[in-house]
Amino acid sequence: MSLLIAGISTLSLARWQFAVTTVFHYLFVPLTIGLGLLVAVLQTASYRTGDAAYERMTRFFGNLFLVNFAIGVVTGIVQEFQFGMDWSKYSVFVGNIFGAPLAIEGLLAFFMESTFLGIWIFGRGRVSKRVHLASIWMASLGTILSAAFIVAANSWMQHPVGYVIDPKTHQAVMNNFWAVMTNSTFIAAYGHVLFSAFLTGGVFLLAVSAWHLRKGHDLEAFSKAAKVAIVVTVVTAIATMFLGDNQAKMEEVQQPMKMAAAEALYNTESGASFSIFTLGNLQDNPILQVRIPHILSVLATNTWNGKVQGINQLQKQAVHQYGAGSYVPMIWVLYWSFRIMVGLGILLFLLGGIGLWLVRKRRLERSPRYLRFATWMVLAPFLANSFGWIFTEVGRQPWVVNGLLTTSKAVTAISPGYVAASLIGFTAVYSLLAVIEIGLMVRLAKVAPAVEVPAEAERDLELVY
Amino acid sequence: MLAIISSPSGLEQLWFSLIALLWVGYFFLEGFDFGVGILMPFVSADDLDRRVVINTIGPVWDGNEVWLLTAGGATFAAFPLWYATVFSGFYLALFVVLVALIFRGMAFEMRHRSSSERATRWWDRAIFWGSALPALLWGVAFADFVHGVPVGANATIGGTFFDLVKPYALLGGLATLSLFTLHGATYLGLKSEGDVRIRAHGVAQRIAPITFVIVTGFLAWTYQSARTMHHVGLVPPLLPVVALIALAGVGWLVRERLEGWAFIATALTIVAFFTTLFLNLYPNVLVSSISPHYDLTMVASASQPYTLEVMSWVALIFTPFVLLYQSWTYWIFKKRVARPGAASEALRDTTNV
Ligand code: HDD
Ligand code: HEM
Ligand code: HEM
Repeated sequence: MSLLIAGISTLSLARWQFAVTTVFHYLFVPLTIGLGLLVAVLQTASYRTGDAAYERMTRFFGNLFLVNFAIGVVTGIVQEFQFGMDWSKYSVFVGNIFGAPLAIEGLLAFFMESTFLGIWIFGRGRVSKRVHLASIWMASLGTILSAAFIVAANSWMQHPVGYVIDPKTHQAVMNNFWAVMTNSTFIAAYGHVLFSAFLTGGVFLLAVSAWHLRKGHDLEAFSKAAKVAIVVTVVTAIATMFLGDNQAKMEEVQQPMKMAAAEALYNTESGASFSIFTLGNLQDNPILQVRIPHILSVLATNTWNGKVQGINQLQKQAVHQYGAGSYVPMIWVLYWSFRIMVGLGILLFLLGGIGLWLVRKRRLERSPRYLRFATWMVLAPFLANSFGWIFTEVGRQPWVVNGLLTTSKAVTAISPGYVAASLIGFTAVYSLLAVIEIGLMVRLAKVAPAVEVPAEAERDLELVY
Repeated sequence: MLAIISSPSGLEQLWFSLIALLWVGYFFLEGFDFGVGILMPFVSADDLDRRVVINTIGPVWDGNEVWLLTAGGATFAAFPLWYATVFSGFYLALFVVLVALIFRGMAFEMRHRSSSERATRWWDRAIFWGSALPALLWGVAFADFVHGVPVGANATIGGTFFDLVKPYALLGGLATLSLFTLHGATYLGLKSEGDVRIRAHGVAQRIAPITFVIVTGFLAWTYQSARTMHHVGLVPPLLPVVALIALAGVGWLVRERLEGWAFIATALTIVAFFTTLFLNLYPNVLVSSISPHYDLTMVASASQPYTLEVMSWVALIFTPFVLLYQSWTYWIFKKRVARPGAASEALRDTTNV
């Protein structure tokens, strides 16, 4: 069977397909996790205080949450099966270990999310207010749990633990489930993923509220929402940066090649400087480069003159350990994706910080320039999330399971025609969905919420869909 | 594969049964979701009717679909080789199913928010095709598992797309398509009110006989080939008979307005139908049409005991909760769905069971 058509291999098509579908899935997931929690918080505020403004905000953002949730769900189904479709050798190799968290995620998390969200959507007026409130909390907990299991699975690929290689079948076989679920990489990544998701929710809440404040819609409700959002943004931006830095230090030990590539640091250095920005070639002749002395060493090792390993040395070491071949990932992708993520993180912190200052000065509602800026910043967390994952996943190359299985050995032995067809198909379907979805989100986000819930809407309760 | 000699361990048998259970549960639940989606254009006179139809499954369809995701995940964990071989081998069919499920799921959430009549019509088409295609293709796939596909020496499926759509498999697809449609009709009869309910009864009565013919044909063929092919699976005589008796009764039960019983009858048919197929497969998970030596067996494709043990504990602890709260949602939403304002009319109507 030919694994090449017109010079394009099954491998590269499968990689593109995975990248497209997963990045797309992850555009919606962090908002689901973050906004789900915030809607639960808003509804709790409404339940506790009986304040109608909170009730309006719960409904308004709840609606946006649902539209977003739907697309996360339908794209998730593809994720569940594409390991088998495109990465069947990988699936056989890791199934003993990787399959378990995936199955547990379904049993523990997806059932919870979908069932309780069903109750939340359709149960308004049918179940008691308490049960209704509890159902959004359960759904939110479900999203947080689902991230746990999938990130645990991913962390195992970054840093395999709790396994042995079966000499007969050459498969990775689990011998310690507890080790898999307490993987240091997982603990570190999960915190960063969760807080970046909450940050995404916070920024979204802020951006939409800011738009309405600027238009003068329902000032009472939206300034309440904006205040909640600003506090969430500040706190989660700090947490995200802190946890990200922590993760970087861990990767310096566990995946030094990834971090060396992120800095385009070719040779091992002590007291290494950190480059903020580079124009031109990353390797030897940058046209312009802005560097801060010693900062890389501090970031990576917490010491002023700490030793940071370079790409060339690490490559030699890898050849020694695994045999001939290139173990260097795509440096420019890593260098820039890391900078974009970190840069956006700092920008989001500033967004929250300035917002907090305006709130304290009681000037938030009368600062159109800030409000406009806040609205546009809605794009930032989505970009940061995508680039964060691109950094994580591309940085692991050429391995799919770090040190155990290379990506080229993981792919299904199938004719590239199939993969090309499904790649084109999924890309087309997803583009269509993106247009519909984003169009609808923007439309719904711009509609000023009705202050009075119309009577016929109450009567229509029976028919939600 | 060499594993034909060794017989499956208790843990492997347990996980084969659990995965079978997940699939059977999936088809029982999502079966009526598919049926409802297929019938939507045929039992509705206007948009409000269509909304009634969709709302009968509104709170539950996503939870039902998770049975599929869990079946997929559990197969990955317990029988990695099965997962890898089937989903790479049925590549295009699975791609079509996934796209169908994507559009169907989006349609439920988007249709009532669409900005134009035309967009709503497109979502309606998405619901119909998004239900009909998987209903057909799942049957094709399961028939293929039992009857054999060109599994080669290295546990990959060779051949072309057309090796997967042989007459037996197509009949299997028609069997599930008609069965799920009938199941959807009895579900609508049970869960809707007014004209939709009456039309659903009509549809059920009309399609019950033809469904009976197709399913009987398919099960008979399954038995016939199970005896003649190199077949080691179990062929219990009772189960398909149960399926057929239950199915034979559906038309009559609907005519007598024994709606609950009619739904139980289609449910029972689906359960017996798929259980038959899984028993037929045992102790293989995929039959090779090339040579019995290449049959993918449970033993050869299973994970190591440790993984299966961990999974068993997790399943033992958490499945009861899942079943409890899923049943609870059906209890919360047990009321029939009616057109707004039709509630008083509904009260006058008497219902059996
Ligand atoms: C709103 C999103 C967001 C923001 C503002 C940041 N990150 Fe991040 N980052 C992610 C969202 C993210 C992510 C998408 O969630 C990743 C991908 C994989 C992961 O574990 O989290 C990630 C990965 C990731 C990794 C890779 C870990 C690995 O390869 O295992 C590092 C080292 C950092 N981040 C560090 C940072 C630092 C130092 C930041 C700020 C100063 C920062 N991140 C801001
Ligand atoms: C946590 C669950 C995840 C798992 C289990 C996972 C697993 C994988 C696998 C199996 C591959 C394919 C092999 C390869 O090309 O290396 C891959 C590649 C990739 N993933 Fe992930 N991934 C996860 C999350 C994500 C997310 C959320 C994103 C993006 C938002 C992402 C982005 C990518 C990209 C861009 C590639 C292609 C890298 C390349 O081919 O160079 N991944 N991942
Ligand atoms: C590549 C690996 C991934 C797989 C196999 C996967 C699988 C799935 C599936 C099957 C669903 C649909 C669930 C439903 O029907 O209710 C889903 C949704 C979801 N996924 Fe993923 N996913 C992946 C990546 C991720 C990552 C990296 C995260 C989080 C860090 C995540 C978090 C979620 C959440 C919170 C949902 C539910 C909410 C929503 O649908 O938006 N997933 N995923």
